[in-house]
Amino acid sequence: MSRNLILGLCLSSLVLLAALISFVWTPYSHAALNIPAKLQTPSLQHWFGTDHFGRDMFSMIMVGARTSIAVATVAVGIGMTLGVPLGLTAAARKGSWLDEVIMRGNDMVFAFPSLVIAILITAVFGAGAINAIIAIGIFNIPVFARITRGAALSLWEREFILAARVSGKGAARISAEHILPNVANLLIVQGTIQFSLGILAEAGLSYVGLGAQPPTPSWGRMLADAQTMVSFAPHLALIPGFAIIVTVLGLNLLGDGLRDWLDPRIRVARA
Amino acid sequence: MLRYSLKRLISLILSLAVASVVIFTVIEVAPGDPATFMLGVNAQPDTLAALRAELGLDASKLQRYVDWVGGMLTGDFGTSYTYRTPVSQMIADRMWVSLPLALYALTLSTLIAFPAGIYAAARRGKPGDLAVMGATQLGIAVPNFWFAMMLVLIFAINLRWFNAGGFAGWDNGLWTGLQSLTLPAIALALPQAAILARVMRSALLDILGEDFMRTARAKGLSRRQALWRHGMRNALIPVLTIIGLQFSFLLAGSIIIEQVFYLPGLGRLVFQAISARDLIVVESVVMLLVFAVITVNFLVDLAYAAVDPRLRSRT
Repeated sequence: MSRNLILGLCLSSLVLLAALISFVWTPYSHAALNIPAKLQTPSLQHWFGTDHFGRDMFSMIMVGARTSIAVATVAVGIGMTLGVPLGLTAAARKGSWLDEVIMRGNDMVFAFPSLVIAILITAVFGAGAINAIIAIGIFNIPVFARITRGAALSLWEREFILAARVSGKGAARISAEHILPNVANLLIVQGTIQFSLGILAEAGLSYVGLGAQPPTPSWGRMLADAQTMVSFAPHLALIPGFAIIVTVLGLNLLGDGLRDWLDPRIRVARA
Repeated sequence: MLRYSLKRLISLILSLAVASVVIFTVIEVAPGDPATFMLGVNAQPDTLAALRAELGLDASKLQRYVDWVGGMLTGDFGTSYTYRTPVSQMIADRMWVSLPLALYALTLSTLIAFPAGIYAAARRGKPGDLAVMGATQLGIAVPNFWFAMMLVLIFAINLRWFNAGGFAGWDNGLWTGLQSLTLPAIALALPQAAILARVMRSALLDILGEDFMRTARAKGLSRRQALWRHGMRNALIPVLTIIGLQFSFLLAGSIIIEQVFYLPGLGRLVFQAISARDLIVVESVVMLLVFAVITVNFLVDLAYAAVDPRLRSRT
């Protein structure tokens, strides 16, 4: 395993662990106000300090990790469950009108400025985690469709697929039983990358007030709250920012590491 | 080339048509009636009806869609519900902030990424390369609006080199205008520069492995000479494509950065219009941004195909 993979794995599991532990334990209640203890810098009592309402930042970061992970997971899930079958279908019916329609539709979604449309969707249908998830998820569909089709196309030329066809299996069954397992590695790597993009997108939408709504803590909104106080309480902005960076960096390293690890050809080329 | 251009042009028009239908539909189903919003919930029904007629809200959906698209084609973007000024005028005013900001950021991103990418490629596997690659990993992971806040904290609040926000306008001279756009442009440029530097590096590394580079070295050019005379030109093709795509990212990305710096650009216009339920403004600005992005992508594709004939057959 490469250094990238190990570091990525460590950082990602750290964040995941924080999110999971937050369900059963946080140092303080993330929503408990304690005005006398407001704007404290990090200390032994409050590891990450407190915000302008005296809420414990460490607890808020832990619960915020939950929001980020939940939004990104569902968004990637939407992209995979819709994108992968579309890509498999397009590859199985290569060159047909169906392939053409799917791929042109993909290109179209791809060409849209995703942030602008996400803002439009959340603004029109109301700000909230659900609409943010849908907005981010829609733009994951063409990513997975395209990568699945590309990988599946070359597989369809292989002998073992021919053997499956000779044995009487239909296109749908071949796609599910033989193509999908062989593109799974690729999808896992791409999924990791999309996951990190989802975390960034969620933070951006929450920052402009279009993501998760109070009282659900979210890193993006913590940053928005911190903006007017950054001159006298910089830790309010530094800590959620570091949380986002650690998460995204961890996922990107994990994605890079997994790609090298899962693809034996690259390993040979490097050795 | 002509065939390819025509094919791409048709798909461009198709994309724009679909985009306009999607945006119109989304705005149509949006809850909240602009007339009620403007007059308040206690307005008399006949006053409401009169305003709806004045705003053209009583026409059929299809009629309004045709009017909207037809208007945009002739440069008439309608009239803002809240400001009662032509939307085209509002967009033109705001454009003078958003467009220079995107171009400024693109310039910075290129100026940072090119040397970084070339440096890393030339020192592949050595500490210099690892440092650049590590820095770009970090650059990609940093949310640009957070980076913007940090820039404000350091350069506006502590060092007082720049204003923390707002736009001085172009009337007080080019320098004053550029100064208010500098921090936002740096914030926008950094993550893009990180991506571009990686593309530059890998494009150069691909080229360095080519036979013609070995030939260049064999005929007596130094590594440096071969890189500049033969490597750069070939590596520039994928890099230019990414630069084209980044322009649209920057234009869209400036929406959030404008919020950080209170810049009166298109992004702030969209947010103000959304909260005032000024749907005609939202509709037109979003359509304009989509148009800009799709058109830039189209031009990049054409430029790419003009340089590299192999791409024309592929579509």
